Amino acid sequence: MNLPTSILLPAGALPHYRLGVMDVLPWIVALGVFFAFDTYLSLGAQILTMVIFGLSLDLALGFAGITTLGHAAFFGIGAYAAGYWNLHFTAEPLSGLLVAGLAAGAIGLLSGALLLRTHGLALLMLTMVVTVLLHEVANAWGSVTGGADGLSGVMPDALFRVFQFDLFGKTAYLYALGVLFLVFLVVRMVVNSPFGLSLRGVRENARRMHLVGASVHLRLVAAYAISAILAGIAGGLAAQLTRTVSLDRLTFQLSGDILIMLIIGGVGRLYGAFIGIPLYMLMLDRAAAVNPFHWMFFVGLALILLVRFAPGGLLALGDRGWGKGGKQ
Amino acid sequence: MLSAQFISLLTVLFDGVAFGMILFLISVGLSITMGVMRVVNLAHCGFAMIGGYLTYALTTMAALPFALAVPLAVVGTMIIGAILERTVYSWVYGQSELGQVLMTIGLTFVMIAGANALFGSSIQSIPVPSALRETVQLGPVGLPVYRLFLIAVAAACGVAIWLALEKTEAGAKLRAAVDNAKMAGCIGINVKALFALTFAIGCGFAGLGGALGADIFPLEPFYALHYLVLVLIVVSVGGLGSIKGTLLASLILGLIDTLGRYYLPTGGGIVIYLATLMLLLARPHGLFGRPA
Repeated sequence: MNLPTSILLPAGALPHYRLGVMDVLPWIVALGVFFAFDTYLSLGAQILTMVIFGLSLDLALGFAGITTLGHAAFFGIGAYAAGYWNLHFTAEPLSGLLVAGLAAGAIGLLSGALLLRTHGLALLMLTMVVTVLLHEVANAWGSVTGGADGLSGVMPDALFRVFQFDLFGKTAYLYALGVLFLVFLVVRMVVNSPFGLSLRGVRENARRMHLVGASVHLRLVAAYAISAILAGIAGGLAAQLTRTVSLDRLTFQLSGDILIMLIIGGVGRLYGAFIGIPLYMLMLDRAAAVNPFHWMFFVGLALILLVRFAPGGLLALGDRGWGKGGKQ
Repeated sequence: MLSAQFISLLTVLFDGVAFGMILFLISVGLSITMGVMRVVNLAHCGFAMIGGYLTYALTTMAALPFALAVPLAVVGTMIIGAILERTVYSWVYGQSELGQVLMTIGLTFVMIAGANALFGSSIQSIPVPSALRETVQLGPVGLPVYRLFLIAVAAACGVAIWLALEKTEAGAKLRAAVDNAKMAGCIGINVKALFALTFAIGCGFAGLGGALGADIFPLEPFYALHYLVLVLIVVSVGGLGSIKGTLLASLILGLIDTLGRYYLPTGGGIVIYLATLMLLLARPHGLFGRPA
């Protein structure tokens, strides 16, 4: 991966020295949407959910360098856990997110410990197989997951026992935005911590990390588990907001989609998910109204060109074009 | 006399072998090209789809006989494959797996959209000559001629690939280039041309699989994604670059899948994926693969 050295060096890696106007911008935009486009709030909440999912993938892929085609596994587990919790235990939404995160984190820890001994192609295949295996299990285990019909009738109670989830999606949007903000703070803290720096070390040169006495496997498993927890929270949020859980939360295709959206924005930069995911989902929403197949053609073409001309994503284009942070 | 259950078991086993052989035809090209070029090619099933649609277009729209349409479709797929190899694929040879995944997913999307624009979103079936539509009675068991034909063609292809790789000079050059591309270049092998040719041939086999297998793997635009997981599992379980491994993995997968569909309708997938997971954890390079 060809990242500017400013991101790799400790001084650049601790950007709380230089929190600028740009760091406030996404949140202003998100709040602005709440007031300006109040008819699109349910789409907005879906986008925010996917941004959380994208952030979790960025932690694993962008910072720890774990190439995975199976991140939907954790999203799906979170969605089913939160849905089941809502239907059979309590409809309190925050505990549902906690359960979603814990369930996904447990599977993340277990599968990470097994899978992360491999890398490259084998890792891609294994993460993919874990996802399709979980999909089959969810399909067969009808008593818990509802099989092919999925879970429906998920109805979260009022948030903090005060804010009802209204028909216009106002509470839902702010709830998703709040969760996103917390997740963002967690990811930012993790990647800027000494642990996060050592993860970047593993990503850049695992052998050298071994030589300096750092346990590469432990670090990767820890990062993968944290990432799984956050993906699970995103899945749980999706279950609560859409009020249903279906098998397509657990597909290989969703893993591919989130990967595409994140890479369009830019990997390993924290803000890649904030650019790529809204852009992709808004265009998808518009194009689906016209003709989904035409949309696939243009996305496909855009991906091919992106890989050719901007391998680091759209944010990397910014580095080169506007010369900010590009002190290679 | 054989019991009815035993006869149905034999029929299912036969279907499983036919399924596995088509899987082998589609996967073998991917195994070779991924083994040779180390490119994660998620668009490979797209080439099988192209072969299928070309055959469909040649038999129905151009009204060519089946025996002529299939070879023409295979050649067409090879040409498309060679053109793409020299353009978009050559862009990602030096990139990480992630860039390759992204580019080939993009290419798959373009193929799906193209197939839909040209042929519509419904399932198209390829008309098969009447001689192949019969059934032969082998004692009490009735076997469809077409599936026998499939198995024979796939087996012949397997033998041909093995002979070409092991017994010809081009095959020896290719094996040399796989082991060490730089060294092979130094002793005067044109590695780029060799890889382009290999890629085209791999696409050709996929196209053949797509053309002949249309009654087992129905032809529709999402073909390129539907069978991707199966094909990737075959290739990684068999081991990249191993013909033997691909054949074995295809047959095992075909049999488990078909048997599972008849006797264990909900659990068949679980068995396959769990077995794949265990095998890849124990042997990340597959049954017959070698470390990169």
